[in-house]
Amino acid sequence: MAKQIQIVEDVTVRFAGDSGDGMQLTGSQFTDTTAILGTDVGTLPDFPAEIRAPAGSLGGVSGFQIHFSSNDIQTPGDSPDVLVAMNPAALKVNVKDLKPNATIILNTNSFDVKNLKLANYAVSPLEDGSLSGYNVIPVELAKLTVTALDGLALSPKEKDKCKNFFALGLMYWMYNRPIEITLKWLETKFKKKPEILEANQRALKAGYYYGETTEIFTTRYDVKPAKLPKGVYRNVSGNEAVALGFVAASLRSGIPIFLGSYPITPASEILQELSKYKDFGVVTFQAEDEISGIASAIGAAFAGSLALTTTSGPGLSLKTEAIGLAVMTELPIVIVDVQRGGPSTGLPTKTEQADLFQAMYGRHGEAPVVVIAAKSPVDCFYSAMEAAKIAVEFMTPVILLTDGYLAFGSEPMNIPKFEDLPKINVEYRKDPEGFQPYLRNENLVRPWAIPGTPGLEHRIGGLEKKDVYGSISYDADNHEIMVNNRQAKIEKVQTVIPELEIEGDKSGELLILSWGSTYGAIKEGIKKANAKGFKSSHIHIKHINPFSKNLGEILKNFNKVLIPEMNKGQMATIIRSTFLIDVVQFNKVKGQPFKVAEIENKIIEVLGGNNGK
Amino acid sequence: MENKIDQLVTEIKYTAKDFSSDIDVKWCPGCGDYSVLAQVQRTSPDFGELKENIVWVSGIGCSSRFPYYMSTYGFHSIHGRAAAVATGVKLANKKLQVWVATGDGDMLSIGGNHFIHACRKNVDLKILLFNNRIYGLTKGQYSPTSEKGKVTKSSPYGTVDFPFNAIKLADGAGATFIARSMDRDPKHMQEMITRAAKHKGLAFIEIYQNCPIFNDGAYFHLTEKETKPENVLVLEHGKPLVFGANKNKGIKLDGINPVIIDFNDGKHSINDCRVHDEFDDNPTRGFILARLSDLPGFPTPIGIFRQFTKPTYDGDYMKQIEHIKAEKGEGTYKKLMFSTSTWEVN
Repeated sequence: MAKQIQIVEDVTVRFAGDSGDGMQLTGSQFTDTTAILGTDVGTLPDFPAEIRAPAGSLGGVSGFQIHFSSNDIQTPGDSPDVLVAMNPAALKVNVKDLKPNATIILNTNSFDVKNLKLANYAVSPLEDGSLSGYNVIPVELAKLTVTALDGLALSPKEKDKCKNFFALGLMYWMYNRPIEITLKWLETKFKKKPEILEANQRALKAGYYYGETTEIFTTRYDVKPAKLPKGVYRNVSGNEAVALGFVAASLRSGIPIFLGSYPITPASEILQELSKYKDFGVVTFQAEDEISGIASAIGAAFAGSLALTTTSGPGLSLKTEAIGLAVMTELPIVIVDVQRGGPSTGLPTKTEQADLFQAMYGRHGEAPVVVIAAKSPVDCFYSAMEAAKIAVEFMTPVILLTDGYLAFGSEPMNIPKFEDLPKINVEYRKDPEGFQPYLRNENLVRPWAIPGTPGLEHRIGGLEKKDVYGSISYDADNHEIMVNNRQAKIEKVQTVIPELEIEGDKSGELLILSWGSTYGAIKEGIKKANAKGFKSSHIHIKHINPFSKNLGEILKNFNKVLIPEMNKGQMATIIRSTFLIDVVQFNKVKGQPFKVAEIENKIIEVLGGNNGK
Repeated sequence: MENKIDQLVTEIKYTAKDFSSDIDVKWCPGCGDYSVLAQVQRTSPDFGELKENIVWVSGIGCSSRFPYYMSTYGFHSIHGRAAAVATGVKLANKKLQVWVATGDGDMLSIGGNHFIHACRKNVDLKILLFNNRIYGLTKGQYSPTSEKGKVTKSSPYGTVDFPFNAIKLADGAGATFIARSMDRDPKHMQEMITRAAKHKGLAFIEIYQNCPIFNDGAYFHLTEKETKPENVLVLEHGKPLVFGANKNKGIKLDGINPVIIDFNDGKHSINDCRVHDEFDDNPTRGFILARLSDLPGFPTPIGIFRQFTKPTYDGDYMKQIEHIKAEKGEGTYKKLMFSTSTWEVN
């Protein structure tokens, strides 16, 4: 029986299972295959902090959401059209997020008494009618997988572990994606384990053919390629893009990278990624603690490296004193803070934007630093490059804010040409003639004179410096001069950052001001509200300290300014105090990104639409 | 490369003065730090290093002002972090000779973690620990090397904590050159510093240093000529462990227990003494020597407890980079961005 293929524009799929079920792997394979077909993609992994929470428990559910579309998309999608649930807990946790009439593919083998109990189901949801609003497709995923692997010399447990590939194969069939890309990936991955390779490949094929042959599936779907700008594309996650951006900055500037870092969720992947690039001369020092991470980087900056440290909120707290040292010694260093839910250990694997105050103000003394924030996984690449550029061109610490959502989210990147990347203009001081460690250029930047250079031997440190000469000074007037110099230098950065561009009308009733990772959802939310007649304009802030020059002018031209952010109003406070205007806050602190619909509804509400009520 | 530097250094003929900065030294009169500075400046011409390749890094405390008084590159960092900053300097440029000036509070208390890990990794750093057994810059609180029961401003009824033995700590953590000297023994200190300069790997010298203001006389029993011979055991490679005003006492090992023997008791002679082997592979005997200063009635050793070679962290790291570069070729932008699945949109 030939099955019909229905063309759809936009689909969101979520894979969910135990944290040991391989859902992240399944999701990223689906993403790669889909992206390579030219469809636009946005992804959102969602997993618990525990590596292997008790099997079948609600706390151990791990999910991976993929939004793919023949349009240009900005988010991983609000509500899934399809849920693949490997056990009752995965169903329970995720069913509330689904669209009405969504398709649910269930691994019925796991719907036994034990697993139902672990998921707090008194009665099986397959029997009590609670799923009547959905298109439920029960599949004996585990059993079918084991049957497909018959004859292979693997333990029952090993065979069971292949069921995620059966599910993946089924989804490939359902969305008309080829299985070859994953088959090839498996070959590389399990080159040394032929039995496991064979098992996973068989499971993948079995899943695909099951869709083809079984009577349950009557329709399959296809999502055509999106009309993306010309170019060669690859997929990047935010953390990966940060690492790539730094290496690109190193190539562009000719300065070798030194990363001092201590593993921390959700930033560790940057350390792992950079540690691969030894052929680029990248030095990654996995330090004994967060403080050593930055202290070693400051030492390396003194000695002439492109110095980096990467961390998340708790680590940023520990690095605070050392950032002050970098401010005082005016050494270039980039501190990446991949924000997560706080305070304290908080929600390590969830996203938040609540470190903004810490980045801006979290130091003793007058200690201004440059702060910039990335808006998308791809933008992490450009932001890392820009942070490195500003750091070395202005001899200053730069804090780059990303977050868990960007770090783990991924999207296709149109790979830029090397010659199109921004130039990084920096030279070490060589000439001893007239050299003084704190003699400043027109941008108030002091020279970078590195050890090993004859005739430039000098001493720096955390004590207040004498203007120009850099020797220790406790002079009252000198201290004020130096505090002002350090502040004025950061303000000078404003001359090299671009002015903000408004999306939409240049004046009007409502301006939406966004920063960081909320960009995608806000942009789509504005578009949707606009389509319903609720018009607003949009600015997105990447440069937070200093702000772009024209921000104040833009704000004046609107009656209302709405600031959605994943904190209790930190950017709102900064905007109010800087520009003496009021703003409307829209805050979410659930460890989850904004949904497009939440933004859309808020805009309608602020514009008096009563949100349809 | 090294020969070339040696040759240049020989041609330049540095003197101690070449290593002195033009800043007034501001330690208290009579401070033991002056001696350390003088011995470092005197020996610096013998380090075999060009001045511009020498970097002094410090943390916070009286001793950490040290870099300002040297005319080399210097970095006065923040409390406890000297070893970490110095590690970054060394990893950024392996041709630099990196020295750390630090104190008992800076390196063994707030900076303890960085210290043990620098030792463990055998980073090629030379660490001079100025141990005065007190917090001087904060005006007289007890330190992690203050003896138990010490009365200080923050322990008016005496401390109840046990002190660190810095030699044991350094050896236990993996340092590859472990020595002790004293501010009032300039010749000895010069020898220790010069030998540390030649060592490849983490060299650690604990320097007993008098604080005349807050802990005056802490080491007088070791440094003053009346009591020094009875209380100090000078470790010299290949020589028996002998001490005493008349060189009539020695240390013998009874299994793992040190025993003081008297050559005049009719039962022992110098031949019974343990002969010091600073290159001993086995850390046990070095550790026994390190314990002596904690044992009542035993002399305090100065000199090199142990030195040995093993690969340095920075050396192996750079080798790995060279190896990967040779294997994969130098990194290029194309390799960076395209070594994954890509697809073209037309």
